[in-house]
Amino acid sequence: MKLWIEKQRYLIDFTLASLARRKARNIGLLLVYTLLVFMLASVTLYTHALRQEAARVLVASPEVVVQRMVAGRHDLIPPGYMEKIGRIRGVQTRTARLWGYYYDAVTKANYTFMVPAEDAPAKGEIVVGPALERSRGLAANNGISFRSYSGKLHTFIVAAVLPQATELVSADLVLMSEESFRAFFDYPVGHYTDIALTVANPQEVKNVALKLSAALPDARPILRDEVLRTYAAIFDWREGIVLALFSAAILAFGILAWEKASGLSAEEKREIGILKAIGWETGDVIKMKFWEGMLISLTAFLVGFVAAYVHVFHFAASMFEPVLKGWAVLYPHFQLTPHIDGVQVATLFFFTVFPYAAAVLVPIWKAAITDPDSVMRG
Amino acid sequence: MTRPADRAMIFLGLGGLAFFGCFVDAAWLRAAAVDDDAQRLQMVAQLRLTDLALFTEARYTRHPSQADLHSAFQDHPLAIEHFPTGSLIGPPAGLQKVGAGEMKYPAAGTAP
Repeated sequence: MKLWIEKQRYLIDFTLASLARRKARNIGLLLVYTLLVFMLASVTLYTHALRQEAARVLVASPEVVVQRMVAGRHDLIPPGYMEKIGRIRGVQTRTARLWGYYYDAVTKANYTFMVPAEDAPAKGEIVVGPALERSRGLAANNGISFRSYSGKLHTFIVAAVLPQATELVSADLVLMSEESFRAFFDYPVGHYTDIALTVANPQEVKNVALKLSAALPDARPILRDEVLRTYAAIFDWREGIVLALFSAAILAFGILAWEKASGLSAEEKREIGILKAIGWETGDVIKMKFWEGMLISLTAFLVGFVAAYVHVFHFAASMFEPVLKGWAVLYPHFQLTPHIDGVQVATLFFFTVFPYAAAVLVPIWKAAITDPDSVMRG
Repeated sequence: MTRPADRAMIFLGLGGLAFFGCFVDAAWLRAAAVDDDAQRLQMVAQLRLTDLALFTEARYTRHPSQADLHSAFQDHPLAIEHFPTGSLIGPPAGLQKVGAGEMKYPAAGTAP
């Protein structure tokens, strides 16, 4: 065993000396290789963490949201609608939601105005999200005026700012009392935006949705599972777009690596010939080249992956954030909780380390089994 | 003086440690974020929120799960989508199936 280890050490020594003879070319290759792993790992780590975050947070969202559709568009829930839902078996609680959008011409941003079902602020007071606090320079007890869609100016006192930890879901929220909301939007009495339902038995959610559609043909039930699927689809799509953009770089690297690995230069061929002439066995030549492939590809993978992890979870993925997260005037500031998918990492390892190691070995094996004299003569 | 092979192995070993360190750091950060997670979950449950506040520029990007499928092209049927986020949200799954000449109106809240 000791002999074997000693032999490998000599082989690695020789490999490193051989790599050092073509220093510029090999360092260039290593840099490009590392950068490629870094980019791929950043995208997969970021989208996976964001997908997980969405799934974990939205698991607390209502099991069913009932919208009313008129001519294919979302419409208000009229009086009497809630009572009809109450007669559907399996529905545990019904909460009518009041919410809407407001475009603030000052910041050129949209806010989501909402009435909390419990602990709503007092009339004339609002609770704002952290992004709104930043964009309008607000603090507790400040006053702020919004011009409503009817043209009237409404002034509110900021009672509190929502915690920064909740920014991912609350960045643009403006919470207010039902009275203030109805006065601001001229919302008709007895009408609501939509209805949130809880269902006693999770197995019954689909049945409840079917019963809802039958009892209220103009209703559009949106299930929590569908919300989760929507977010999974959004982040899959974005990951795909970024990877598609990178595919040119991946292909370019593939050609570079293949060219470097498979096409032996005259110098390398001569080197193999000399090694065989001085008594190296075919197996030793292959082992040496195996170490060359492993040293380069493992270094690129480890450095690229660790750099990607630090970039995504300690520097908020500043390079890819706008494409992967989205674009908005009110941009939520949040730190992603790291979730690393072992299968994704294994896939990345397999597709970045093994092809290069294999591409190095094949031509070397071909050169190593031929006669040293003919190899040296080229 | 150490040999090049030893230096290379030490470097790769350190790289390997840093690689596994990422998993340890991730577990540590997850444990440290438990309170923040609980706050977010509580807010989602209390306000009955349905979407992340990631893309606030248009109503169908602020609440993609609640938007109807016409929203993105609301101006007229052939209108070009003009919000950057809108163009980055994928088309409905039904449209992407091979041979899907027509798409049935989804029963409910399918992925936009």
